[in-house]
Amino acid sequence: MSDHTSARISADAVAKVARLARLDVTPDDIARLTSQLDGMLEHFADIDALDLADVEPMTQPYPLVNVMRDDVVAPSLDRDEVLAAAPAAEDGRFRVPPIIGLEG
Amino acid sequence: MSLTETSAFEIAAEVRAGRLRATDVLEAHLANVAARESEIHAFNTVTADEARRSAEAVDAAVAAGRDPGPLAGVPIALKDNMCTRGVPTTCSSKILEGWKPPYDATVVERLAQAGAVVVGKTNLDEFAMGSSTENSAFGPTFNPHDVTRVAGGSSGGSAAAVAARFASLSLGSDTGGSIRQPAALCGVVGVKPTYGTVSRHGLVAFASSLDQIGPFSHDVRDSALLLETISGHDPLDSTSIPQPPLQLLGELDRGVKGLRIGRITDLPGGSEPEVDARLAEAFDALAAAGATIVDVELPSMKFGLTAYYLVAPAEASSNLARYDGVRYGVRVDAPDTNAMYMATRAAGFGDEVKRRIMLGTYALSAGYYDAYYGKALKVRRLISDDFARAYEKADVLLTPTSPIVAFPVGSKVDDPLSMYLCDVFTIPTNLAGHPAMSVPFGTGAHDLPVGMQVLAPTLGEAVMFRVAAELERGVR
Repeated sequence: MSDHTSARISADAVAKVARLARLDVTPDDIARLTSQLDGMLEHFADIDALDLADVEPMTQPYPLVNVMRDDVVAPSLDRDEVLAAAPAAEDGRFRVPPIIGLEG
Repeated sequence: MSLTETSAFEIAAEVRAGRLRATDVLEAHLANVAARESEIHAFNTVTADEARRSAEAVDAAVAAGRDPGPLAGVPIALKDNMCTRGVPTTCSSKILEGWKPPYDATVVERLAQAGAVVVGKTNLDEFAMGSSTENSAFGPTFNPHDVTRVAGGSSGGSAAAVAARFASLSLGSDTGGSIRQPAALCGVVGVKPTYGTVSRHGLVAFASSLDQIGPFSHDVRDSALLLETISGHDPLDSTSIPQPPLQLLGELDRGVKGLRIGRITDLPGGSEPEVDARLAEAFDALAAAGATIVDVELPSMKFGLTAYYLVAPAEASSNLARYDGVRYGVRVDAPDTNAMYMATRAAGFGDEVKRRIMLGTYALSAGYYDAYYGKALKVRRLISDDFARAYEKADVLLTPTSPIVAFPVGSKVDDPLSMYLCDVFTIPTNLAGHPAMSVPFGTGAHDLPVGMQVLAPTLGEAVMFRVAAELERGVR
């Protein structure tokens, strides 16, 4: 597929967002996602005409503030059970590939 | 009446009284699973052995003179995004295939304490993202009323499990309609409680300012019973409202005389004509029972879809960052961690999940935050303010749950936006954090079930259940 550059989001932007989201994508994926995201963003333009200057953003439907619970010692998750569910473990810890690696 | 047609309320009462054995109730439901699960695919996992042990423990408790609790011997199915210790919890995603949680969700603990018997984990759209349960890595769930059609979603497996009488009750999660819409399409009751009413500790997060757990059942009373059992404050969930469990069973027979039922005059159009006809009949039934019908306007409701499909993916893109091949699930090996993350996530997530992670990441990214996410949060406020004005005039609002009846499998999978439009009537509730529930109300095209949605303000469950019970009586 050729590079799909659309009105609202470019293939380059899609490739960049995929890197930010830590998703490997193929050129076909980029073309398809560019077209689909463009269609959605076009629909989402229905709110562009609204005057929202004086509207307070709403992040939570039932705002509770400074939620604390008592600091009581209680059993925590069993370490062996947790590590048994991990893809790789060693010496009581999660094992991962080198963090400073071949890619920048 | 067969044991699978007995209500959960009656099962619990009979089991507690020693007149009915939990093991017999369970086997009757497992026989239905054996007969029809291959054509329905409601479950990702059937936990028959564990269920038999639980049912035997309930019977032993009764025999020993102890009370197993308010849901004694009631078979229940759990959406497979609720953590069950030692039992696979997949979210219908390849990225969690085989993962066994090291703890139980709070709702799972409360069900066990109430004597309920968990029969299995139900299928869903991957990470609860979808409206048809076709986005499952393990294949779709089919509608028990017509197996060529979808069960709705994302809690399609939980809705189908109750509709097919594989379980007496089930739990789902509702982020934009994921309990109510499949309930409507499968002809069962489905409830999305007020945000913060039911603990989400152990519910795999999708969009944290919207997600809420709630019941499915055959009748309104059974949902009231289940919601009473699972609601109430949980210190392990920082969004849990500090209040005791809801009291609902006493509301059901109070009738609707004197209540004001809101009709939304600017409700977005496009519903099937039979659905509109059922809505008119539902208003008539409530008016005949003594309620007053009042007109209200929700001018911002039509922007709900846009606000939701920016807010929910934005939150999802953050919540799903944790699936990185380190602590749980599958890993695709690579020479360094970043390459491992990217390969694992590309292989583990399905198309819809990737689409929403991409959309959410974009909406939150530098240069676009104000234009998309920030603006969506302001539209969310407008919708919430619209509801507040409407609830000055009305005690509850009434809409169809879904604009359409169950649609054929495969008919919308290639058109994400048309799938999203299924949620046009359910989404505003989640944005506002309010309760709403779907009640079966007759049939529509192809003789398929239609659901009516009762909406109420924050913590308005009591009046919502009163109206739902009246609608149920209106059908009979």
